[in-house]
Amino acid sequence: MAIKDYSQTPKVDQVGILDRVARVTARSIKNEAKMQGLRMVLNMIDLTTLEGADTEAKVKQLCYKAMHLHDEIPNLPTTAAICVYPNFVNVAVKALKGSGVKVASVATAFPSGHSSREIKLMDTKIAVDAGADEIDMVISRGKFHSGEYNFVFDEIAAIKEACGNARLKVILETGELGTFDKVRRASDIAMDAGADFIKTSTGKIKPAATLPVTLVMLEAIKDHYYKTGRMVGMKPAGGISNSKLALQYLVMVKETLGGKWLSNEWFRFGASSLANDVLMQIAKQTQGNYQSKDYFSID
Amino acid sequence: MAKKKAKEIELDLSSNWDYAPSMESTGHIQLKKKYDLFIGGKFVKPKSGVYFDTINPATEEVLAQVAEANEADVDAAVKAARKAYDTVWSKLSGKERGKYIYRIARLIQERAREFSVIESLDGGKTIRESRDIDIPLAAAHFFYYAGWADKLDYAFPNRNPQSIGVAGQITPWNFPMLMIAWKIAPALATGNTVVLKPAETTSLTALKLAELFQDAGLPDGVVNIVTGYGQTGSHIVNHPDVDKIAFTGSTGVGKLIMKSIANTNKKSTMELGGKAANIIMEDAPLDQAVEGVINGIFFNQGHVCCAGSRLFIQESVYDIVMRKLKDRMQALVVGNPLDKNTDIGAINSKKQLDTIKKYIKIGKEEGAEIYQPNCTLPKKGYWIPPTLFTNVAQSSTIVKEEIFGPVLAIQTFRTVDEVISKANNTPYGLSAGVWSDKGSKVFNLTSQMRAGVVWGNTYNKFDPTSPFGGYKESGHGREGGLQGLEAYLKFNA
Repeated sequence: MAIKDYSQTPKVDQVGILDRVARVTARSIKNEAKMQGLRMVLNMIDLTTLEGADTEAKVKQLCYKAMHLHDEIPNLPTTAAICVYPNFVNVAVKALKGSGVKVASVATAFPSGHSSREIKLMDTKIAVDAGADEIDMVISRGKFHSGEYNFVFDEIAAIKEACGNARLKVILETGELGTFDKVRRASDIAMDAGADFIKTSTGKIKPAATLPVTLVMLEAIKDHYYKTGRMVGMKPAGGISNSKLALQYLVMVKETLGGKWLSNEWFRFGASSLANDVLMQIAKQTQGNYQSKDYFSID
Repeated sequence: MAKKKAKEIELDLSSNWDYAPSMESTGHIQLKKKYDLFIGGKFVKPKSGVYFDTINPATEEVLAQVAEANEADVDAAVKAARKAYDTVWSKLSGKERGKYIYRIARLIQERAREFSVIESLDGGKTIRESRDIDIPLAAAHFFYYAGWADKLDYAFPNRNPQSIGVAGQITPWNFPMLMIAWKIAPALATGNTVVLKPAETTSLTALKLAELFQDAGLPDGVVNIVTGYGQTGSHIVNHPDVDKIAFTGSTGVGKLIMKSIANTNKKSTMELGGKAANIIMEDAPLDQAVEGVINGIFFNQGHVCCAGSRLFIQESVYDIVMRKLKDRMQALVVGNPLDKNTDIGAINSKKQLDTIKKYIKIGKEEGAEIYQPNCTLPKKGYWIPPTLFTNVAQSSTIVKEEIFGPVLAIQTFRTVDEVISKANNTPYGLSAGVWSDKGSKVFNLTSQMRAGVVWGNTYNKFDPTSPFGGYKESGHGREGGLQGLEAYLKFNA
């Protein structure tokens, strides 16, 4: 197979993307559609803590929250996963045992990605060996901006191999890429190199996930599916903290890729504070009035 | 993993998460059972004594009865307009006229919700469009022309611009309120008075606007609204004391009007039909181009004179564009115009429904291939699902004639020269669209289109500052912008 020239990836028109997003945000999600949507959102969250100050205790608390979002309302789903640094994977695996909540670990010198291939591979292996179900890697944005697309491709392919059975999410860090054209290019490279998910952001750079940038990536996923028949998942991360916005993401997925992508196997939210806003909305829909934030636990 | 062949891989846009109905409330609107004519600042009973029903095309229910103006009614309206012109409006300074127009603009904004709902009830257009496009744009036109009222001497330096007198205006049913704004705002700003006839299927927002003029304190007779059918319009056209005719509607009726006013001193602007080319080059941003195609042809159920009803796709990207277009169409919601999630509303009238159905039949008979997405249409009311025709040529009837519905005819092309000649190969020339990532290509194509409006990498964008109007049989004169003022002025330099 000829090597693909990634400088020739499909073009994206910014004005058109913003127009389409405006149509998406004009959708009005009410009543049973809202409830169903909110429950889906909860079940798609990768509950995340990626701080220098993280401790075992903090990770354990987060794991408990992932399994017990709001016990006052029966039959709520759990979150999809929790997302931590590699050194906390074993703690999380233990805490979440039997719950069905997956453990995702960032790797590859997250968040900057500036390190050697050896260290990145080792970082990945440590997380996988500790029992991580999913690896969230970052691409080398510096190399990408320098036009070294094959380097970026090879790195992703190597990490994918190191993942074994763990699913690989590839973080493009769209806030550092500058244009939609480059987001599209990075998406294509990541998917061709074997990404199971493409993900917008580390959460450490602003802007993090936005609807427009997610639309660009969803359209890349669509084209990849058209060409290969392989489904690739999408994970917007960072900056999604309220229910209305989260539902707009689901509308966009539904109208761009269809219902097959509307599960946590193919769509995730990387978020830390989104869950409680969704819970407040669900409580409001169930009980008819908004409750104080103090009724919703923060972990 | 064995690779599946491209043809077998289909995206399934269905899901078990459907949008619950999200209806715009109608509780806040006030409609009378019966509407009289608005002449000399008052609602007066028609001398004809005749009223006709105006219905909701989504339910076929009667919304109200509207008076039908006969020749005597039109004469009374023209007399009222003349009197207002002679005694009040032509004597007012531009600054004072501007104040009234600003007031109208602000009142439209204040009552935007009511106007939007009535527009959707009476015309079948989606609440999303009437709320986000029609009514805000109508207000924007009044704001824009209000600003010009006291600056005409600067707009046309050394040309001594003067008002014309009484303008007879006949507006269409596709954008009832917006087209009225396009016509009334510049007429008032330039010091003319108006006799307006809205389209018979969509009179209600015009009549609500009459109520709003009363609230704005607009002097009696400055705007008169006579409702009725084509016959009423012809009384305006043929009235000897009307100085200018502004018409938006079909090319057929436009030609009749031009014949009627030949040999008279009446000035005219005609905004008529179209059969616009929307051109996708192989280097275009394809997903956005597809979105532009959707906006180009399915906006307002395709009841748009500048609709991109002829799609030209460069052959090398034909398969992928068709696939994306069909997938995008699966996500369109057809149904109740008042549901905030509806993308495609009701066809405006039974008559128009029959016209569109006739063309779909002709398309099939001429051997074109039809595509319509799966969608369930409501049982009552007038509906056409979004429709594509492929395997057509320039000589196909559905490529030559304006359908004025959600029906797109798709052809391929190989070279830039070929597509330019095909795009211009039509008696119409209102609008066109070009999609390419290459700036030089866009500018080359846009400058060679014989069309009044050409969009580059977008479609159906409107702004009060931008002139709008056609080449060839799409009409003459421009509405909007500075050029829109000129149509209501005479110059005595």
